[in-house]
Amino acid sequence: MTWDHVFLIISGIPRTIIVTVLSLAVGMLLGFPIMLMRIAPLSPVRVAATVLIAVVRSVPPVVWVFMVFFGVGADVVDVSPFTAAVISFGLISAVNMAEIYRGGLIAIPLGHHEAAIALNLSRWHHFRDVTLPQMFVVSLPAIATYAVGLLKDTSIASTIGLQELSFQGRYVTDMTYKGFEALVVVGACYIVISLPIAWLSRNLGEMLKRRVAR
Amino acid sequence: MTKLWMGTEWGMILSWLPMLWDGLVINLQLTFITLVLGVPLGLLWAVTVRSRSRAIRYVTLVFVEIGRGAPALVLLQFMYFGLPQGGLVLSSFTSAILGLVWSTGAYTSEIIRGGLEAVPLGQSEASTALNLSAADTFRYVILPQGFWVALPPLLGFAILVFQSTALCFAISLPEVLAQANDIGATTFRYFPAYTVTGIIFAAICIPASILVGWIEHRVATRSRT
Repeated sequence: MTWDHVFLIISGIPRTIIVTVLSLAVGMLLGFPIMLMRIAPLSPVRVAATVLIAVVRSVPPVVWVFMVFFGVGADVVDVSPFTAAVISFGLISAVNMAEIYRGGLIAIPLGHHEAAIALNLSRWHHFRDVTLPQMFVVSLPAIATYAVGLLKDTSIASTIGLQELSFQGRYVTDMTYKGFEALVVVGACYIVISLPIAWLSRNLGEMLKRRVAR
Repeated sequence: MTKLWMGTEWGMILSWLPMLWDGLVINLQLTFITLVLGVPLGLLWAVTVRSRSRAIRYVTLVFVEIGRGAPALVLLQFMYFGLPQGGLVLSSFTSAILGLVWSTGAYTSEIIRGGLEAVPLGQSEASTALNLSAADTFRYVILPQGFWVALPPLLGFAILVFQSTALCFAISLPEVLAQANDIGATTFRYFPAYTVTGIIFAAICIPASILVGWIEHRVATRSRT
């Protein structure tokens, strides 16, 4: 294994990061309406959201990736590995985000809602200025932790031929028969990328907790 | 026969079930063996990471951080494609167990550590006052209490282990997803084959997570009394 091979492996990092960031963005956006459905006063809506969350979570990510790539891709329209990965991981993060947001919502002390009612805030103001900012702040450390898990899960996209970090590792393994070094480099890359996010999630929690009133 | 998706019929799906079942048995075996070996490893690492010896502490930390930091898929590939270079050729089943046990040990060590740290400090102070040895304190005071705190998250993690066994098709283990691949390759009905696989996972994991939720509730009420 030469430096060229190491650089070849490292060249997969941008794609790993792009898939992670896009899927997380899709998840953070879609997770919000799913969370609202999950806490809706209307029970059919609530049940639908609960079922959606349970089904998406109980099927392994790799099966989702295959269903989207071969299912939608082969039978209906052509889907690139990149699109298939973003759709699958976007869907999976959406339901997980919904649960994280819900956890953040529950963490807001009841007194805040009572105070908002006492101040005669409209329902919209109550939600926009009291509930939303605090829910988001409380959820941030959990979102960062989830992002680290998602980063590692995107390695699954290598199985449908997305040329990201793990794919390049396997490619170099097949090319040089030096699987040991190649896969150690891949593993080290994942750990190095996740270190700053993990640090963020640890410190963000402490920093933000001080900003949220108890 | 009723038509389902793109000309796939019920009879066709029924004819796949024996193959998928053969694969699923491997997933279940893998899950069982991984948990039996991985959770005790996690307990060991949870203890050694708090060891007084700096060397033991750091070695444990390195193993735990690699197990948690590297994707399970990369760990599996490392065992199957990486180790042969060092002269250690393993079957895909053994590689799968090694890879999954490593990642399970790393994650469960964090869960168990959390459980052990949740035991109030007064408990170990009381044990010192009663002149219990360190081993007895751990075995009879800390562990039984920490166990109940760690149990629900451990069970939840067991479901994730079962899901991650689906990754082992990547190291040519004929588990359920590999069987679905084969079905797809021979019949060109990829989507139905993967959908049936997904339904199998959902049919196992949804009841399992409901059960875990129920146990969690029971444990929570138990500790309150």
